[in-house]
Amino acid sequence: MLLAGFLGLQYDFRWSVLWESPFGYWLLQGVKNTIILSLLAWVIALVLGIALGILRTAPWRVPRAVATAYVEFFRNTPLLVQLFFWYFAVPQILPAGPIRDAVNSLNVDTPLLTLNYEFLAALAGLGVYTSARVGETIRAGIQSIPRQQTEAALSSGLSLVQVYRHVLIPVGLRIVIPPMATEFLSIFKNSSLAVTIGFAEITFQTQQVNSYTFKGLEAVTAATLIYLAISLTIAAFMSRMERQYAIPGLIARGATRE
Amino acid sequence: MDLDWTIIVRNWPVLLSGFINTLKLAVLAIGASFVLGVVAGALRLSRSPYLHYPAVLYIEIIRGVPLIMVIFWFYFLAPILAGRPLDNFTSALIAFIVFEAAYLAEIVRAGIQSVPLGQVQAAISTGLTHPQAMRHVILPQAIRNMIPALVTRFIVLFMDTSLAYIIGYRELTRVARIIAEREFRAFEVYTFIAIVYFVCTYAMSLVAQRLERRLGPA
Repeated sequence: MLLAGFLGLQYDFRWSVLWESPFGYWLLQGVKNTIILSLLAWVIALVLGIALGILRTAPWRVPRAVATAYVEFFRNTPLLVQLFFWYFAVPQILPAGPIRDAVNSLNVDTPLLTLNYEFLAALAGLGVYTSARVGETIRAGIQSIPRQQTEAALSSGLSLVQVYRHVLIPVGLRIVIPPMATEFLSIFKNSSLAVTIGFAEITFQTQQVNSYTFKGLEAVTAATLIYLAISLTIAAFMSRMERQYAIPGLIARGATRE
Repeated sequence: MDLDWTIIVRNWPVLLSGFINTLKLAVLAIGASFVLGVVAGALRLSRSPYLHYPAVLYIEIIRGVPLIMVIFWFYFLAPILAGRPLDNFTSALIAFIVFEAAYLAEIVRAGIQSVPLGQVQAAISTGLTHPQAMRHVILPQAIRNMIPALVTRFIVLFMDTSLAYIIGYRELTRVARIIAEREFRAFEVYTFIAIVYFVCTYAMSLVAQRLERRLGPA
């Protein structure tokens, strides 16, 4: 009220919607769901991304072409469209019958969250989209390792698999820590798109609060502050990790690609 | 699984109008956010704390929140500030400009900082004034260095326009959703628009690669 008067706005602020029952509880649920979705999607993205990074740098032509096509396609289409694809289109092409029914009616309460198709589609969409970006980053990391290191490792008798396992992957991952930190931050921000397919993360809960109270501005302010807090926490954590794992003698802060 | 691709042909005019709306939003947002981005990037490099800190605050806050939040901000705030409801195109456009400019500002700053200090000193010592040095020596090199990052960011912006969906602007994704729901043909429609987006962004990245090769690092 005071703020509105001060700015000369025709708006009646009511910040208490943020902690009144049940809205405060909804927002907390949203925070929890955002964190779970983002972390699980990050695991998927990291595993797939490392595999893509290997396939794109290894000397096998067909897997390399497949991995390149995967990365280019999923990196160059909007995440929103990919989410719609997983949520609306995938059930359509499933054969009618028990599988499709199970997908449509999935609703299991677990201690962590309610397992439903909204969650699975959001997880697949966010995980696959981010895996393409992570795969590109790791490819660049591996390719930035001087060739002589691979040659030295091979001529010391290591097999190609061993070269990846002991030289290229460990060194490559350490080189790309700064751009990976950016991707890790992005996955939390990108998880907000899950609102469009009805997964109950923070943005979805702010919409719920808005539709029950018409106090959208307060709810969006709260969500904004929550996202900022998450971003700042991760940024602080990642910059510590960057320092810890930086390879001595290399310029650790390389160019990050957004 | 029986697919009916004629759905694309039958809804061609609607899809085309959605695509045109996407282009309209993307082109205007790219142009305006670039201008705002250059200003914000330059302010961040300013020595005056009154210019430097507000720019830092703006850039860091925007980069710390999801685009959806910024879209909602303007969606809820603009009618209150303007005293009347804004149409969803204007509201989305403002949100995109404000959001993207923060990212572009960082690219501009990095580009300007990538020009070696010796270049500035040499320019000044040949008798150029500061603005002249900026215009003839620093900016031409800085912009060259920025091009790859700028184009990458423009590609992201082009894909991000799909988020205008959320406040009801009838761009490509919104139009696709409407058709998919009316005809129960989600697979065909979303596959088609994914390809449309891909062709556009991939073409942009090919242009970027050619530009990069032609100009090379300054």
